[in-house]
Amino acid sequence: MLKKRVIPCLDVKDGRVVKGVQFVDLVDAGDPVQSALAYDAAGADELCFLDITASHEDRGILMDVVRRTAEACFMPLTVGGGVRSVDDIRNLLLAGADKVSIMTAAVNDRNFVKEAATKFGSQCIVVAIDAKRITAQGEAPRWEIFTHGGRRATGIDALNYAREVTALGAGELLLTSMDRDGTKIGYDIELTRAISDSVSVPVIASGGVGTLQHMVEGIRDGHASAVLAASIFHFGEFSIRETKEALAQAGLAVRMD
Amino acid sequence: MTTAIIDYGSGNLHSAQKAFEQAARTQGLSTQILVTSDPEAVRNADRIVLPGVGAFADCRRGLDAVPGMVEAMTETVFKKARPFLGICVGMQLLAERGLEYETSRGLGWIAGDTVRIEPRDPALKIPHMGWNNLSQKRAHPLLEGIPENLHAYFVHSYHLKPTNQSDIVATTDYGGELTAFVARDTIAGTQFHPEKSQKLGLALIANFLRWAP
Repeated sequence: MLKKRVIPCLDVKDGRVVKGVQFVDLVDAGDPVQSALAYDAAGADELCFLDITASHEDRGILMDVVRRTAEACFMPLTVGGGVRSVDDIRNLLLAGADKVSIMTAAVNDRNFVKEAATKFGSQCIVVAIDAKRITAQGEAPRWEIFTHGGRRATGIDALNYAREVTALGAGELLLTSMDRDGTKIGYDIELTRAISDSVSVPVIASGGVGTLQHMVEGIRDGHASAVLAASIFHFGEFSIRETKEALAQAGLAVRMD
Repeated sequence: MTTAIIDYGSGNLHSAQKAFEQAARTQGLSTQILVTSDPEAVRNADRIVLPGVGAFADCRRGLDAVPGMVEAMTETVFKKARPFLGICVGMQLLAERGLEYETSRGLGWIAGDTVRIEPRDPALKIPHMGWNNLSQKRAHPLLEGIPENLHAYFVHSYHLKPTNQSDIVATTDYGGELTAFVARDTIAGTQFHPEKSQKLGLALIANFLRWAP
């Protein structure tokens, strides 16, 4: 049976993990490769690096991080942040990324998704969707796509957008609720389920995790195929193992090897 | 000993190379892992690996675009009986035909077609993406010593449907049986990515590097 995935996400800036990662026995908690190795050993199903430098001069540092991670970690790695061209994708894949996450470039030009999927295959094109609830009182729930860390509204309906990028070849969606991101009050389950039920590809739920129960809800109620979280893993609040045990207890299939 | 990983513009060559190096190192095997687009290097290799990500037709075109590569592979596998491992689309290419986007010719080393996954439950997501179990149909040296409870990492929307059931070594369940592992003579192919499958993957690669059919 296919297992639900647990994915820790590392924010990388200038080649270092920001926010820090707390692991016992970690030589250098700020080194993304060390963190990746620790998560690999802890049983993470995939890893996600989000490059928040995203200035072109610093891409070389990121490539080096990806390369060194791929040398030591034999699990799938998704890299996102500042991916704007077919060349960006090719360079990341050559460095050792398995999937590349694109966001703003896809919002600006939907054809980029198609071009990328045609060239590299849908299986490695993840479209990241940052959505914010814009429902007026008495209205059915609606969400809008935002860019620039939730600061810039686009006027694009999140559900329509999800269907559109999927039809263009996105192989997976990384869905973040901008309302919940950093709040620790749980995923926006309504949003997660609405998107998940309207596309044929896997959806990764993100934004708002504070408890193990939140991750159970993301999969069980939000119909996500995977859950992604950053700080609760980094600060050692919960381990990957604890998360998987909680999912298993809720009757969800997880990988324990 | 030399293991040639074929570079034809498709595939996560860096990951594949590192996983093969790691498996060789931990097993104390002295083998050179060579990423190459040179048919001569393939002819001289003791083992051949054909990786592949992307669409069937694209990969086929990429392979054909390297002059003499298909001939070198065929000769090495069939005349010299060297072990061959296809990974993901590299495994799907073993089929006679691929039906992704357009109908294209495969290598035809395993009778059958590469067809779209059609799970019985339409709510199941495509691609089949993530960790799944293998259900072993017959013994094979590449699976020797690998515990059955370990998982393999899959990411694909198509799979190879062999004509001869005897070519299937293992399947995986996703709303029905999907072909996970095919083999015949010195030819083997995995739909999952051993280079991304941690314990199971590295053990399988080590078995491949030791395989002496």
